Amino acid sequence: MKEEEEEEEILKILEGNARIADKEIARMVGLKEEEVKQIISELENRGVIRKYKAVINPEKAGIETVHALIDVKVGPERDTGYDPVAERIVRFPEVKSVRLISGEYDLSVLVGGNTMREVAYFVAEKISSLEQVRNTVTHFLLKTYKENGEIYEEEEKVKRLAVTL
Amino acid sequence: MNSNRVADRVREIEGSGIRKFFDIAQQMEEAISLGVGEPDFVTPWSIREACIFSLEKGYTSYTSNWGLLELREMLSDKMYNEDSVYYEPEGEILITTGVSEASDLALRAILNPGDEVIIHEPSYVSYKPCTVFAGGVPVCVATEVENEFKLQAEEIEEKITEHTKAVVLNYPNNPTGATLSRKDLEEIADVVNEHDLLVISDEVYGKLTYEGKHTCFSSLNGMRDRTILLNGFSKAYAMTGWRLGYAAGNKEIIEAMMKIHQYVMMCAPITAQMAAMEALRCNDEVERMVSEYNRRRRLMVEGLREIGLSCFEPKGAFYTFPSIVSTGLTSEEFAKRLLLEEKVVVIPGSVFGACGEGFIRCAYAVSQYEIKEVLERMRRFLERHHVV
Repeated sequence: MKEEEEEEEILKILEGNARIADKEIARMVGLKEEEVKQIISELENRGVIRKYKAVINPEKAGIETVHALIDVKVGPERDTGYDPVAERIVRFPEVKSVRLISGEYDLSVLVGGNTMREVAYFVAEKISSLEQVRNTVTHFLLKTYKENGEIYEEEEKVKRLAVTL
Repeated sequence: MNSNRVADRVREIEGSGIRKFFDIAQQMEEAISLGVGEPDFVTPWSIREACIFSLEKGYTSYTSNWGLLELREMLSDKMYNEDSVYYEPEGEILITTGVSEASDLALRAILNPGDEVIIHEPSYVSYKPCTVFAGGVPVCVATEVENEFKLQAEEIEEKITEHTKAVVLNYPNNPTGATLSRKDLEEIADVVNEHDLLVISDEVYGKLTYEGKHTCFSSLNGMRDRTILLNGFSKAYAMTGWRLGYAAGNKEIIEAMMKIHQYVMMCAPITAQMAAMEALRCNDEVERMVSEYNRRRRLMVEGLREIGLSCFEPKGAFYTFPSIVSTGLTSEEFAKRLLLEEKVVVIPGSVFGACGEGFIRCAYAVSQYEIKEVLERMRRFLERHHVV
């Protein structure tokens, strides 16, 4: 395997399971454990690996949270475009993700909170009130079926016999 | 009791001696099974979805005996692009219900009573009985772990008699995971040419090749006309239950196979054929599964070595074939005790021919987590038997 291929393979493995032992990654990629450690720390230093996080199904955890997707229509500023307003919005901890999108609206913002009321107030006070924001539409999320490539319900397993030749 | 109701040639085929063991394994629900000869992936959704759509549109009839022309055209393109060999969609490609049917048809189409077929062992269990059912005589060649279970050209040559009609090749191999390089295949091709033989090449594991690229036997110089190429959707596309395969070869032989097929099978199921057309568009999914098998392969081989079993490095399929000679147990005893004591299913190597004795087949078509767990159980087992 070439160096880039090794990196890519390690990233794929970590994307599937970030808690896997370096030793096992080493086996799967055909490298020494030390080499894997080295490559991973380089990937971390270069900011390729941003963080290791768990994918949590809050419903199963019994955590009550409310999320809403906010479509935001922005009047872009001359010279700087959408960046200044987006950079203001990303700083709020209630904001989980911000994306510039094509279509009728300009930004897609995911907001999380403890109650619907909390989220609605946040949008009204902190986002709609921004000078450049022309209009918003709030979509409350009702159920998550798949997140980050993970299906939330039990992943289907193939039904096989125990022995086939 | 010697009933004369069952034909001699059927009665004389040995029933599998380890049925009982299989039955125990089948019923033990919490067991982890490495005894499975099929992917642990469900058929990719887009393939299933295409099949459902075809049912909704009313595709529920017979197809041409040859199989859907559109599917044969797609296969023709695929073989041309991936295997570097061209077959005409009409007359040179036959869609079958799995490679199982295709190999049976191939043997029946070419064998006269008493014709000999050279079969390498350890091998998939059906070539020998199907040869007998077709009136032929299986001539087995034991492949050796020292040669990485590669069939050697000179070993074929030693077995050739005036009755030899064909050689069966199954690489990447079930149960060993062995592969043959282009050079290995070319040496075999020379012998085949020299002695005017046919080759039945079962390449169902071809896409599951982890080092280098699989070489299709019929793409070798002069071999297209001598080869009956068999392939199918079961392994690479995780479609075992769909029962869909195909045979490609020269018109004369494929037409002969078609003659048998039209009387015994009529055609492969149309739902499976519709799904197969979508499968041929799913290369990304195949790649994803192949790279996952490759990771598991390395985990399994290194893991088996670490717990003290000597294990040849397989370069294809999804099987490892470690030696258990160091335990002093026969492969059947080993498998039985491992099942009863640690609830792990492996297949005794002896099932795949006498020369498989001393080995077990461990399929790594299970999750990484299960591989870890199985290795731990096997470590305990080996320690208890004072091997390590």
